Amino acid sequence: MWFEQVLFFLAGIGALAGALGVVVLRNPFYSVLALVTHLLALAVLFLLLNAEFIAAAQVVVYAGAVMVLYIFVVAYIGGLDEPLRPEGGLVNVVGPLFAAAIGVELCIAFIASGLSALDTRGADLGADFGSPGEIGQLLLTRFLVPFEAASYLLLMAAVGAVVLARRRRGLEEVEIGALEEVGAPPGRREPPPETTLEVRV
Amino acid sequence: MDVVWFLVLSAFIFVIGAAGVLTRRNPLVVLLCLELMLNAGNLALVAFARMHGGHAGQVFALIVMVIAACEVVIGLGIIVAMYRNRLPIDVDEMSELRG
Amino acid sequence: MSATSYGWLILAFPLAGTLLIGFGWLRPGGLPARLPGWIASGAILGAFLSSIGALIKLEDRPEDARSLVDSAWTYASTGDFKVDLAILVDPLSVFMCLVVSGVSFLIHVYSVAYMGGDRGYTRYFAYLNYFVFSMLLLVLAANFVLLIVGWAFVGAASYLLISYWYRRETATSAGIKAFVINVIGDVGLVVAAFLVFDKTGALDYAGVFGQADSAFGHNDGTLVAACLLILVGAFAKSAQLPLHTWLPDAMEGPTPVSALIHAATMVTAGVYLIARMHPLFEQAPTAADVSAIIGTATLVFAATVALAVTDLKRTIAYSTISQIGYMVLGVSVFAYASGMFHLMTHAFFKALLFMGAGSVISAMGGIQDMDRMGGFRKAMPFTFAAFLCGALALAAFPFTSGFFSKDEILAFTLERGGWYVALAIAGYVGAALTAFYAFRMVFRVFWGPPVQEARELEQGHLAHHPPANPATGEAEDSDVGFPAEEHHIAEREWPMRAAMGPLAVLALLAGFAQVPGVTDAIEKFLEPTFADSHFHESAPSDSSEWVGLVIGGLISIGGIAAAYFAYVRRRGVTLQLRDRFGRVHAFLVNKWYFDELFEAVFVRPVATAGGFGRAVIETRFVQDFLVGGAVGIVRVGTGIARSIQTGYLRAYALLLLFGVALLALYFLLASS
Repeated sequence: MWFEQVLFFLAGIGALAGALGVVVLRNPFYSVLALVTHLLALAVLFLLLNAEFIAAAQVVVYAGAVMVLYIFVVAYIGGLDEPLRPEGGLVNVVGPLFAAAIGVELCIAFIASGLSALDTRGADLGADFGSPGEIGQLLLTRFLVPFEAASYLLLMAAVGAVVLARRRRGLEEVEIGALEEVGAPPGRREPPPETTLEVRV
Repeated sequence: MDVVWFLVLSAFIFVIGAAGVLTRRNPLVVLLCLELMLNAGNLALVAFARMHGGHAGQVFALIVMVIAACEVVIGLGIIVAMYRNRLPIDVDEMSELRG
Repeated sequence: MSATSYGWLILAFPLAGTLLIGFGWLRPGGLPARLPGWIASGAILGAFLSSIGALIKLEDRPEDARSLVDSAWTYASTGDFKVDLAILVDPLSVFMCLVVSGVSFLIHVYSVAYMGGDRGYTRYFAYLNYFVFSMLLLVLAANFVLLIVGWAFVGAASYLLISYWYRRETATSAGIKAFVINVIGDVGLVVAAFLVFDKTGALDYAGVFGQADSAFGHNDGTLVAACLLILVGAFAKSAQLPLHTWLPDAMEGPTPVSALIHAATMVTAGVYLIARMHPLFEQAPTAADVSAIIGTATLVFAATVALAVTDLKRTIAYSTISQIGYMVLGVSVFAYASGMFHLMTHAFFKALLFMGAGSVISAMGGIQDMDRMGGFRKAMPFTFAAFLCGALALAAFPFTSGFFSKDEILAFTLERGGWYVALAIAGYVGAALTAFYAFRMVFRVFWGPPVQEARELEQGHLAHHPPANPATGEAEDSDVGFPAEEHHIAEREWPMRAAMGPLAVLALLAGFAQVPGVTDAIEKFLEPTFADSHFHESAPSDSSEWVGLVIGGLISIGGIAAAYFAYVRRRGVTLQLRDRFGRVHAFLVNKWYFDELFEAVFVRPVATAGGFGRAVIETRFVQDFLVGGAVGIVRVGTGIARSIQTGYLRAYALLLLFGVALLALYFLLASS
């Protein structure tokens, strides 16, 4: 139906615009915002594909939690405003070239493939295709192991994050540095005695 | 819409993400571009799920989201640790593993 | 006990002696003084008695059954080819065993006293027993393989004994020189064995000699080549031209070693070899002729040099070379019995001469130069008497042993006729020279006014000089322990007298075992071995032998008289001659410049080539180019590989993408 097509194009343009914004925008904060836009557009696309639960998860988890975490970090760190023509030579030219090459190959693969199913809207669906009930049932029966593995992975990620981000106790210069750290922008720091990254766990 | 449109769109998003990984120097933005690529993959997965009429692709996309979340957490943790140790937040400066 | 059992016993005794003494050295505190000497002498006595046992058993058998082979173990056996650890007991080998073990026993007894006080006493006797074992192995071998094993062992033992006082650089150089020349001989012998095996398919004597007539034609090229190579081996061991240069330098070893190795046993191994290989040589007379010519040339050459050198031991060494020339001449004109007889008598009188020389050198406090000796007649009567007996035998004074043996060889040579007469004349000239220089030694050392050491000895006091190298005269430090500071002379040590006495008697009387036409004991004994010789029937008649003997006797007396005239009556004659004929004298004293010739032709080019090899080939080519090149290539390669690891995240990501792009391209193309 024409409604779907219009919606598809709108969401598609939104997604592409968000993606381009992430890559092109100089301020990392703007990049994060562009990604959020991209994620919302992608949620719309998921809805068009009858994946309601995934769309909801995208908005709530991805755009809601992960991106918020991102925004916090970007606010904390800030990051540089990169110059418009960054140095680094060859990679800046060749990289996009290879990426474009991959894009062309993928498109050829998709469009010129002999799969007839690609040219349809897809199989006939039941009424509750993509509903949370279906997904939940699958997660607890057929895909139980990936489900548990994913939760285990989340546990490890949480532990890792705590380890990475904790303060080191009993180290003098870090404590002094810690007192200074709060609220001071990066530019005003004096160079540390050692600049090498030591792994002290 | 035919499924192939979604796939082509996901290819474009993937490619834009790849170009971004290669081009940007701020590690935060590099991670964002990685997210782009992951999302492109998600889109392709869901499109194929629609094509087959099965839910496997959607479950896969859910797990991918979980993984992306974990990866973002760790990556941001590393960047925060870099920041705390007063290292420059620039991927080109982090080249001590040269051979 | 059969003859072959005695044969194994002959080998077992010296081997047991070596092992016992060698391991006895490990006993804490070593072995008691002089015990190793007695153990060694006992072992050789056992070998000698076993030789007599083998002799008796062999004589019990009929004449045509006196060639016994006994095998202990088979090395290799494929098809109809067999090589085993076998000994051959036949008249020739028993004869050699008797001579070797008998003379060795006496020399061992002599050494017990002579080497007393030397720090390496145990080592000396272990080496000496090992040497006798190797020599007996060589003689008793029944095939080429064991012969070559014994040959090599003897070479090794001679090296060990020549460089016995290894702290002296001259001794070690002499040992190396002897060993290198011996190895040249070894190579010749091994290649000869290959050639023989190639044509006959067998390596044991019975097999090879049985086929000598059938496998090779008369003067067949391969056979002549094989015989010439055997001659190379024989001449290296027996110090004939041109491989003789090691023998005079080998006088660096202790005097009993010179007596054993370079008078009685090792140098006679070459003569034994030619005699043993006589079927091959008779089938290739060209090689035999070459051998005869070289033997004669050596004979004359060595006799002339012995006229001029002043070192006592070296004079006797050149005398050895000359006498072996006689033996080689003898077995090359197929006068086997005569050649072996001369071998036996030479063993007696040459060992005796060396023993006497050892005693004199001890009296001189270690000095070997004849120019400083004189007038020892009164001070050392026993040594004088023994030395005189040996010199008489060497000069072939009528009715001594040397008389019968040497002149019989020359009679045989005359009998062969043709151009052999020239060889015989050269032999007689050599005999005259021999008589002269033999008594030159006697008169120089024992006649004339006594030198200071002799006068001291007459008072009963043995002279003592600071330790010095006899050849170069440079001083040595005296705290090494060897050579021992104490010197032993025959008059004071009974073992030395006990050894020299029997030899003196034998040197004078042993000739009567082979009086032509009267006793002929040696010839009859050795007949079974040489029965297959073609020339067996062409022995000279008894009367022509007696003619030769008479000529020889006259020459000998003439030579002795000339020496008496030159050294006793008119004492300065020789010095005047030396001044008149300075160049000739220099030529003789420098041993006809053979050493210099070899140095220029062989040693210098090889050394230069070696230096070139080291500087260019080894250092530049192998080290820098090959090895360094390999290293460099690896370095460059790894450098290229390393350059990929830049440490830049973006570069890695680029590589990743590049790979993915390639893969996708491949799959696209593959599926289209």
